[in-house]
Amino acid sequence: MSEDILLIVIKVAVLIVILLTVVAYTVYVERRIMARMQSRIGPNRVGPFGLLQPLADILKLIFKEDLTPAGADKVTYFLAPALAAITGLAAFAVIPFGNTIDLFGIKVNLFIADINVGLLYLFAMSSLAVYGIVLAGWSSNNKYSLLGGVRSSAQMISYELPLGLALVSVVLAAGSLSLGDIVKAQANLWFIVQQPLSFVIYFICAIAETNRAPFDLPEAETELIAGYHTEYSSLKWALFFLAEYMAVITVSATAVTIFFGGWQGPFLPGWLWFVIKLSGFIFFFTWMRATLPRLRFDQLMRLGWKVLLPLAALNLVVIAGLVAAMGG
Amino acid sequence: MPDLSNLPYEQAIFYLVSALAVGCALAMILSKNAVHAALFMVANFGLVAVLYLLLRASFIATIQVIVYAGAIMVLFLFVIMMLNVQEADPRSSRGPQDRLFTLGSLAPLLGLGLLGALAYVALGVKQPAATSGGLVFANIQDVGALLFTRYLYPFEITSLLLLVAMIGAVVLAKRR
Amino acid sequence: MIPLSHYLLVSAILFTIGAVGVLIRRNAILIFMCIELMLNAVNLSFIALAAYQNLVDGQVFVFFVITVAAAEVAVGLAILVYLFYQRLTTDVDDINSLKG
Repeated sequence: MSEDILLIVIKVAVLIVILLTVVAYTVYVERRIMARMQSRIGPNRVGPFGLLQPLADILKLIFKEDLTPAGADKVTYFLAPALAAITGLAAFAVIPFGNTIDLFGIKVNLFIADINVGLLYLFAMSSLAVYGIVLAGWSSNNKYSLLGGVRSSAQMISYELPLGLALVSVVLAAGSLSLGDIVKAQANLWFIVQQPLSFVIYFICAIAETNRAPFDLPEAETELIAGYHTEYSSLKWALFFLAEYMAVITVSATAVTIFFGGWQGPFLPGWLWFVIKLSGFIFFFTWMRATLPRLRFDQLMRLGWKVLLPLAALNLVVIAGLVAAMGG
Repeated sequence: MPDLSNLPYEQAIFYLVSALAVGCALAMILSKNAVHAALFMVANFGLVAVLYLLLRASFIATIQVIVYAGAIMVLFLFVIMMLNVQEADPRSSRGPQDRLFTLGSLAPLLGLGLLGALAYVALGVKQPAATSGGLVFANIQDVGALLFTRYLYPFEITSLLLLVAMIGAVVLAKRR
Repeated sequence: MIPLSHYLLVSAILFTIGAVGVLIRRNAILIFMCIELMLNAVNLSFIALAAYQNLVDGQVFVFFVITVAAAEVAVGLAILVYLFYQRLTTDVDDINSLKG
């Protein structure tokens, strides 16, 4: 038992280091790609091709002054960025990112835990992520921040419903909530082929959940001067930044796992397939950010409640009917 | 699924989490700030979810986090922030003319009485023999099957209740 | 193995704290939260009793309780917001007339 626990602790530590590195380089890649799309050059001064830029950024952030606004609720102000980052990192615990590999004679499963309620766990973590943003907005003692926080909570609660319904239709087809089983259910046919509509609904909601363009209203610079994290600086701000990119990686990894066959693929090892698919999604996120303009808040709410929710419900009924008809 | 009939440090986890949950509940009813009260409540729900996990009810544990912590308490926070709720120290009183004054000062006494009665019943419960070999993880399939067979009518009525609640909330929101 | 009675005792303590909270708080929103705490305590004893008898029925009951709690909160908070716009208070001592 104790060896198992040791193995899990090592896996968690390694995964966190990998994820933090991935986040840092996601930011770098995003800046480079967006620069190309906008006919700029992007960061290319620090190290070859600017590859050391993330390191320089992190150092700069660490040495910045850590401000706490007057009248801020101290404990909550401190808690909010930590909550945001922790829920982002914790969500990754159930995602299978590769097949079992042999490492120094020990069989290592490439996931932290394949629990029987894996999908619900992911959902729970994403619903807890609201707290980081709401509390940041409230504790900053700043009207713009509060507005950003309230907007974000309304947005995230609204888009959680169609997101959940889209995922339920996949669960119906796979017959399990465990992410490992869902990956195995796609050995012959990916769920993106079986249920394209579920994927479209899931992905739109996922963008809204991560507060990314074109749904980045909670931090709309032009109207809310960065919204909930206006007052944050230094490492606390860095944690919010980390949380946002972590959320992008998590929803992308979830999409890969649930709709694109997870780590499965021919010839190459499982984890490499997972990385390739994940990179595709991260590129897509960047592409959207450089292309699409931001929605208005009423448009966003109308899209969520009047289009996506009925569509997701209809999609669920149709798929439930099909699963029942095929005797699944 | 590994065999989890005996978790390591189960006792220590149980007593630690229980103590924290009780502490959070106390902090919640005594805190001056409504937002802090809501946060202690969230912590309490999370800790009770851990107790559910110790009782091998993984489905209910995640549902608890999603519905209570993720939806209900966010709604509470939302309303507290929107109305900017402020309250004086709950322990202070407005004097005898306050109608709740007598009730408020009697509350700890009534609470002790209630706790005594409940604790007497709780400690008198015999350990069932069915689980002498340890607890087992409940299957989600079993919960679902029970929900759609024996408890089908309650389930349907609950859906009706949710519909009524939804319409009610919309009507109330529109009236202003 | 942890005795069943200890789980029930934790549940009893949480329930009592909720009940005392209902009595000592004046803000309707906080009273509401205390009621949720009491429901939660009852859920804990449902799950504990079910787990120690190898039954799933208790979990189904808790599922219902959570659903009802969600419905209750949606309507209850809507009423409170409505009241606040009418009276500019959520203090139960000030909400004392039957006719608005």
